Amino acid sequence: MSSATSKKSSGMTMASRRRLDTALRLLVALLFIAYALFPVVFVIGTSLNPSGSLQSSQIIPRNPSLDNYRSLLNSQTNPFGRWMINSLIVSTVTAILTVALCSLAAYSFSRFRWKSRKRLLQGLLLSQVFPNILAIVAVFLMLQQLGRYFPMFGLNTLGGLILVYLGGAIGFNTWLMKGFFDTVPRDLDESAMLDGASAWQTFTTIILPLVRPVLAVIFMLSFIGTYSDYLMARVLLSSNQQYTVAVGLSLFIGQQFGQRWGEFAAGAVIAAIPTMILFYISQSQLQGGLTSGAVKG
Amino acid sequence: MAVPAAEGTGGRKASRFSQDGSVLGLLVKVLGLSAVVGLLTYTGWRLVGDGAYAFAAAFFIAALLFTLVFVRQSTVPLRWIMPGLVFLILFQLYPIFFTVYTAFTNYSTGRNVEKPAAIAAIERLTYVPEGSPAWGWTPLQADDGSAAVWIIDPADGAAYLALADEELLPAAEVNGLQLDESGAPVSMDGFTVLPNNQRFLFVSANQGVTFGDEERGVQVTTSTEARQTRQRYVYDPALDAMVDQRDGTVFVSQRGIFTAEDGSTLAPGYPVWIGLENFTSIITNPAIRGPFFTIFIWTFIWAFFSVLETFILGLLLALNMNSPNIPFQRILRVLLIVPYAIPAFITVKVWVGLLNPVLGVIGSAWNPGWFTDPFWAKVGILMVNLWLGYPYMFLIITGALQSIPGDIYEAARVDGAGPFYQFRRLTLPLLMVSIGPLLIGSFAFNFNNFAIIDLYNGGGPPIPGSATPAGYTDILISYTYRIAFGGARGNDYGLAAAISIIIFAIVATVTILNFRFTGQLEEVSENV
Repeated sequence: MSSATSKKSSGMTMASRRRLDTALRLLVALLFIAYALFPVVFVIGTSLNPSGSLQSSQIIPRNPSLDNYRSLLNSQTNPFGRWMINSLIVSTVTAILTVALCSLAAYSFSRFRWKSRKRLLQGLLLSQVFPNILAIVAVFLMLQQLGRYFPMFGLNTLGGLILVYLGGAIGFNTWLMKGFFDTVPRDLDESAMLDGASAWQTFTTIILPLVRPVLAVIFMLSFIGTYSDYLMARVLLSSNQQYTVAVGLSLFIGQQFGQRWGEFAAGAVIAAIPTMILFYISQSQLQGGLTSGAVKG
Repeated sequence: MAVPAAEGTGGRKASRFSQDGSVLGLLVKVLGLSAVVGLLTYTGWRLVGDGAYAFAAAFFIAALLFTLVFVRQSTVPLRWIMPGLVFLILFQLYPIFFTVYTAFTNYSTGRNVEKPAAIAAIERLTYVPEGSPAWGWTPLQADDGSAAVWIIDPADGAAYLALADEELLPAAEVNGLQLDESGAPVSMDGFTVLPNNQRFLFVSANQGVTFGDEERGVQVTTSTEARQTRQRYVYDPALDAMVDQRDGTVFVSQRGIFTAEDGSTLAPGYPVWIGLENFTSIITNPAIRGPFFTIFIWTFIWAFFSVLETFILGLLLALNMNSPNIPFQRILRVLLIVPYAIPAFITVKVWVGLLNPVLGVIGSAWNPGWFTDPFWAKVGILMVNLWLGYPYMFLIITGALQSIPGDIYEAARVDGAGPFYQFRRLTLPLLMVSIGPLLIGSFAFNFNNFAIIDLYNGGGPPIPGSATPAGYTDILISYTYRIAFGGARGNDYGLAAAISIIIFAIVATVTILNFRFTGQLEEVSENV
């Protein structure tokens, strides 16, 4: 920094050092992308391999074909298309209702002040760490009972499964959302209120448009969570026609691991498509929405 | 102090927030409220009718809360939470309550109905008393395929239509009845008279079936004779026992199962309150205690290392990518979080395939016992969880890094701090403040991560000599699940519920401690 020459030379080494640094970082990134994608590429390769067993699987099959996809989709005993539709229905409905229930609750926690607010928020969180799987006996008996009065919410129905998922709608999600709501300045609500807006109008016209990223994130988390759940669905759904794709595919591969590998891979590729699309769309929202609740400056 | 946007649209604002709809709004509110409360009350009422009192109570509590919150002015903030809360009460809190109650009972296979239902089921059993007169009978088949008989009482010659477990129908009430001259039916509405050569088959197909109810009914005993049956067991409330009407044997209720002196029992049984027995059996019963502690310790190791390894890799990648000079940032980041976007039930199975010792790409090349060796199975499952879990850490750490203000690094550089020192003294502490709660969340999640354990190897390899089915990679939740729902010794819901309460206590304690620690709760209470 003292003389012009030394500044120039150090500038050059700085530039090359930066280039080296970037190259190294790029190398590390590529290395880990290979790690991340290896199983994925492998599944795609297997799904295109007509011989379809685990034994003959190669990353790039010698004579790729869509045989596995065809035999999976045409299978009479395993209605894969039906499973996909069931999963999409359950996940979409659950995710939409979760976002609705959650944003209402988060608005209250963020904007109103009342006596047991803190208690209730803690309680919501604690109720979420109860190992749900063990409450499954109760849930099973409940749906059995409910199904007598409301057949569409009984055992082995998608409606019943959605109800159960909605039990956990507010909880962790509300906490995440509240953090994001807190980052919206209260001046905005107050000026709207001064203009004569009711709390409901403030919520729908001022707050909701501003918190869209976190709505997207909760939708995505809820969708993926529901879509991937196989335990609750496995216990509550009992007929092939009602299975979600998680249950159907898991049971499908279940015993005949070796022989059904190709078709399973084809099913896995198709089953991963909805979440991948959703993920790609909401990718930019995700980063902001996921962290600002916890990382509020 | 007005916000510019509000000023700019000030003129339109007044109309935008007009209260025109308030009458309609009120109507909608009242109708919606009554619909919800009505539905909840109706369901509760139906549940009471079916004797499901506890579940009914959950519905009534929800209805009451709903009404109170919407009627009282002081509970306006709660109105917003109520919709979600109703679902929480019905489908989360009630099951938790039920589980806690179950933990103090011996609810299990063979003891899985309430006491009145168990008694009713046993009282439906019948027997054929000795010396009971023989009835004449004719085999019938209902249009829905079920069996029925036409019977004639030897005492008075009266004829009846008899269906399984239903009251006898006198001949006069049977529609379209046609009899031949001997009094045997030829045809009637809704039933087909079976030919005589079917009688023998009919008897063997309807062994033990009572045609008629327990008051008055018959069983077909031979191809020509039917005998009147009697209710076999009668409940005696004074003894709390079932008495066998045939020989007077008394079956006394023992822990929910009616048992005779010679040890024979009647099914079904019902769960009874056994206090802390489930909890003490975890400590005292060696068959349960043995695997329990092994599993208990592994559960902690599993959850801890799962968080640690994913955190470290996520942090390294986040730091690595946290440079503006890297080209194709966006696409590289998306590719790095691909594992997060594919449902775990798929990827765990794929990894299982890759590690398969005979057929898998990795397993066939290098197999230290990915599924059979206790140690390497644990390593394998941690490896799979690393792949599944690092993208989440990468995401949240990246977000946290970006929110750390740059000027503190400036200050540190001026003070002569090197990059490593900066990381250790600035980045890491600031990071921990913001993502600490998420790490605890991740710990709690992995503590109960049933899916990966079950999908990887079903908890195996099995621990030899344990009476309850248990494996080396089993964590508490998967071990408990197997006690509750699987296994040769039947399902022991009571014990499973007791363990789930212990799990809950552990995770809840960790969560609460964490909140104390990071001051997250204080933040909740402060006005934002």
